[in-house]
Amino acid sequence: MATKHARVAARFMISPAVLLLLGWMIVPLSMTLYFSFLRYNLLMPGMEEFTGLTNYRFFLTDPAFFAALTNTILLVGGVLLVTVVGGILLALLLDQPFFGQGIVRILVIAPFFVMPTVSALVWKNMFMNPVNGLFAHAAKALGLQPFDFLSAAPLTSIIGIVSWQWLPFATLILLTALQSLDQEQLEAAEMDGAPWIKRFWFIMLPHLARAITVVILIQTIFLLSVFAEILVTTNGGPGTASTNLTYLIYMQSLLQFDVGGGSAGGVVAIILANIVAIFLMRMIGKNLDA
Amino acid sequence: MGRITLDKVRKTFGDVEVIPPLDLTIEDGEFVVFVGPSGCGKSTLLRLIAGLEDVTSGQIRIDRQDATDLPPAKRGLAMVFQSYALYPHMSVRKNIAFPMKMAGLPQDEQDRRIEAAAKALNLTDYLDRKPGQLSGGQRQRVAIGRAIVREPAAFLFDEPLSNLDAALRVGMRLEISELHKRLATTMIYVTHDQVEAMTMADKIVVLRAGHIEQVGSPLELYNRPRNVFVAGFIGSPKMNLISGAEAEKHGAVTIGIRPEHLGISTESGLWKGVIGVSEHLGSDTFFHVTVEGLGEPLTVRASGEVSLKYGDIVWLTPNEVNLHRFNAEGLRIA
Ligand SMILES: Nc1ncnc2c1ncn2[C@@H]1O[C@H](COP(=O)(O)OP(=O)(O)OP(=O)(O)O)[C@@H](O)[C@H]1O
Ligand SMILES: [Mg+2]
Repeated sequence: MATKHARVAARFMISPAVLLLLGWMIVPLSMTLYFSFLRYNLLMPGMEEFTGLTNYRFFLTDPAFFAALTNTILLVGGVLLVTVVGGILLALLLDQPFFGQGIVRILVIAPFFVMPTVSALVWKNMFMNPVNGLFAHAAKALGLQPFDFLSAAPLTSIIGIVSWQWLPFATLILLTALQSLDQEQLEAAEMDGAPWIKRFWFIMLPHLARAITVVILIQTIFLLSVFAEILVTTNGGPGTASTNLTYLIYMQSLLQFDVGGGSAGGVVAIILANIVAIFLMRMIGKNLDA
Repeated sequence: MGRITLDKVRKTFGDVEVIPPLDLTIEDGEFVVFVGPSGCGKSTLLRLIAGLEDVTSGQIRIDRQDATDLPPAKRGLAMVFQSYALYPHMSVRKNIAFPMKMAGLPQDEQDRRIEAAAKALNLTDYLDRKPGQLSGGQRQRVAIGRAIVREPAAFLFDEPLSNLDAALRVGMRLEISELHKRLATTMIYVTHDQVEAMTMADKIVVLRAGHIEQVGSPLELYNRPRNVFVAGFIGSPKMNLISGAEAEKHGAVTIGIRPEHLGISTESGLWKGVIGVSEHLGSDTFFHVTVEGLGEPLTVRASGEVSLKYGDIVWLTPNEVNLHRFNAEGLRIA
């Protein structure tokens, strides 16, 4: 945007889109805010009344809230770790020339096109089921006791399922970034006496920094609201072992019919998400400027 | 300390033979320039020497030691790439330090060499900048600095100046030549710039389709080109090549005469011609003269300003002593 004129024109042109987005956000946000201050239970219609901060007090003092908060952090962090590390490794692998490269790349991307509900069901019934699952069969074939993933390690299992879905995304972005690395830089480093591992550490990884930032930012936004995978596999259980914030809000408003409490939870989630967003932007956003 | 010998080195990419078996010796401390038309295999040859490509067959020796299967880092050579290949996320200082860091040199030795290189290359004020904040010439100097600090047995340059503007190129040319005089290290330099080749080289290697056409000092190549290809390739503007009846008079299939060896006169001479385009360079003037029966217009050099204009009739006389004669195979007739 070189000239003042161009800047003004640009603002003018994007204003309809911005206004639309703003409206789209403001209306549900204000309604949620409004509901969060009401005593509003679906089982007692017409009894709504203003209750101040009661909903918030109940939500924040509920022991399930802290469990859900921890689970959310573990889920987001775990999936990010698996997808970023795994994505880098897969990208490095796919960047090598090998036979059938095109097809393998498409196969790697495939999980991304599977709906979360479907993939979670497939994992639950075909892989992790302690009686019929593939893992159970494998364990039995090896003479081991089948492991009941979803009840013994529910959160870890969900992290696995969600990672499986997001790994292709990370791989794809990181692979493109890797391919944009100037080969002469790598050759220069090779001549400078850097073995592969140092070339990776000093040349490739810094080059990937920006792509990794993008992966983390985008995934965090989506991972904070993981829901379908939990609903179809563990229902947040056992107890609250795999309940995240999104799922807790769902339970509050639609299983306990407490719309007011659910809305308060929603507002808390929005605030937390924004804290995370600001934190992320500050911490790694500078990577995007460079 | 930097004698490089290529012994029947051959390189193929798939079925395509890019470099047919080739022998070449580069003496210690020599400044060797590879020239040739685009796609003739100059870069490939340089990369073979660097170890960035594997030879298909043959042997490369560096200081009598067989280096054919050595990895690039072990050959003790430093390369300056056409794109500079600086590490964009590292400061100039870190870029220059990188090879020493990889070699595990002590920090104070690193600092000492960085200071020395920065001083020699006028980079002292830029050490803490990133490559993105430098001009083309400065980036080039950083790339050279990164090569110098390794104290290599030989430097390899692949068209290092082709991304620079004309004025900067002249400056950098001098700097590299001076560097060579000062360090007295073997340098192999790839270019397709005539002037760079002529001014910098101790020895020019003219390549065509992977073949060595001629090896020799710039003046040797200029004065006694071994064949028509070298005759036409070395020298700017190009040598005039004439074939047909006029060549037969001299007992050759093709004769060549350089623009400065043609006399031009408005009164009398051997060939009568008409002046076409003229290029005035101030110190020299080049005329393109069309002579009946000689095919292509001839280029003639006249010293200083000569008041001849488009369409004038002139007479050209070649200087017999400086006539180059070539036979049917294109080889020089002594
Ligand atoms: N990796 C490769 N695979 C197949 N062919 C290649 C490869 N690299 C180079 N070639 C071929 O080898 C020939 C020589 O290439 P090279 O890059 O050495 O030319 P060059 O003399 O450096 O040309 P230029 O002056 O344009 O840089 C070319 O015909 C090119 O197409
Ligand atoms: Mg080249």
